[in-house]
Amino acid sequence: MSSFMKASIGRKFFMSLTGLFLIVFLFVHLTLNLFLTFDDSGVLFNEAAHFMATNPIIKIMEPVLALGFVIHIIWSGWITLENMKARPKGYQAGDNLLKWYAPAKNMFILGGMVLIFLIIHLFNFYVKMRFTGDPLLNQPGPGLEDGVHNSYALVANLFIHYPVYDIIYIIGGILVGLHISHGFWSAFQTIGLNNSNWMKRLKFLAHLVAFIIGAGFAYIPLYFLIKF
Amino acid sequence: MADKILKKIYVKVWRQNNPSDKGRFETYEVENISQGSSFLEMIDILNDQLIREGKDPIAFDHDCREGICGMCSMYINGHAHGPDSEITTCQLHMRKFEDGETITVEPWRAGAFPVIKDLIVDRVAFDKIQQAGGYVSVNTGGVPDGNTIPIAQVDAEEAMDAAACIGCGACVATCKNSSAMLFVAAKVSQFAKLPQGKVEAKRRAKAMVAKMDELGFGGCTNTGACELACPKNISISHIARLNREYLKAKFSD
Repeated sequence: MSSFMKASIGRKFFMSLTGLFLIVFLFVHLTLNLFLTFDDSGVLFNEAAHFMATNPIIKIMEPVLALGFVIHIIWSGWITLENMKARPKGYQAGDNLLKWYAPAKNMFILGGMVLIFLIIHLFNFYVKMRFTGDPLLNQPGPGLEDGVHNSYALVANLFIHYPVYDIIYIIGGILVGLHISHGFWSAFQTIGLNNSNWMKRLKFLAHLVAFIIGAGFAYIPLYFLIKF
Repeated sequence: MADKILKKIYVKVWRQNNPSDKGRFETYEVENISQGSSFLEMIDILNDQLIREGKDPIAFDHDCREGICGMCSMYINGHAHGPDSEITTCQLHMRKFEDGETITVEPWRAGAFPVIKDLIVDRVAFDKIQQAGGYVSVNTGGVPDGNTIPIAQVDAEEAMDAAACIGCGACVATCKNSSAMLFVAAKVSQFAKLPQGKVEAKRRAKAMVAKMDELGFGGCTNTGACELACPKNISISHIARLNREYLKAKFSD
């Protein structure tokens, strides 16, 4: 097993599995977040947030998700370092075969920017909801039971009163989308579930998934930016 | 119609006396090159000129000069085998270049392919990978008739597509990670699709990948640059097969 962990394909195998797992998480995350835009009173989103905060399955999945992120991030650094070591001296004329902005060439940079966004995002909401608390969370809201957080107020306040965060979140959505546009099919390729027929289908699916996730997440701050 | 003549071109080429030399670029002027000549012929003319001037000619690998041996290995203007697709450097014509152009010529760059002299790199790493498992063990006795084992046409074709790999190393040279995955994938694929190769499939995939890692090639990040650079148009779908063969072998341990 240790030889598998160290092997180039073994390392990427973990990268692929965690990547696909994180994509599944993003779909769940996006579905719930879209409730923000369905109901401006916030009842729907607060119910969803409460359900997610108290559901035992989600409680179990939370540390698993954290582990998924940690493995994906640490492994990416490890793999990138090893790959850079493989070419001690570069070309003067550069590499002109792929466009410099191709996501495939920039997965580590895109991932790094997503990580920066993720940290901002966690401090905006997660840390307040789980640990530090915030006066907005205790604000009374329609249909809110005692002791249930007004999560909608926290989110809506940020997006309505701080347009700079709207921009950050829109960029965050686009970055995640670009990352997934390569990552999705690349994960299937690495775990061996690809061939010449599926190559086109998986690349199409990758762009579809990337668009849904990227545009979906960008839509939420855009909704608040335009409507309020 | 006679070929156009390039009145003057500038060749900026990597010069390195030996593996431990730091190396440097030098620019040479070459005059009156027919666009019908091949890139290597242009280098031959340049070398002739250098010899007449009492200078050391540019060392470069070449052998068959018809695109099948895989020896020529130049990174020209940011492209392995130059700015044309599905050809080796020897098949590259000077009609791909303009009069007065400066052409940058570099050796393959990879830790696993150290420069020996000028544009010649040591590609023995590929031989080592092949020796680790890129064969079908030969049994003694008479040679069986090839047609005694039925093989589906599509499988035979796909194995042949993989077997088209000439081991030139353009994939490694082009990959941003200097990964040898396309090479190893082609060598594993050509056997994996055939009944004769399936017998040793597990051992082969594991041994060749382990050797590839040991020799310091990078990992594949599926950028697809290798298949664009490959003079034999080998598809990265073979890399998916290599991954599959390797994982199957590892998980059955």
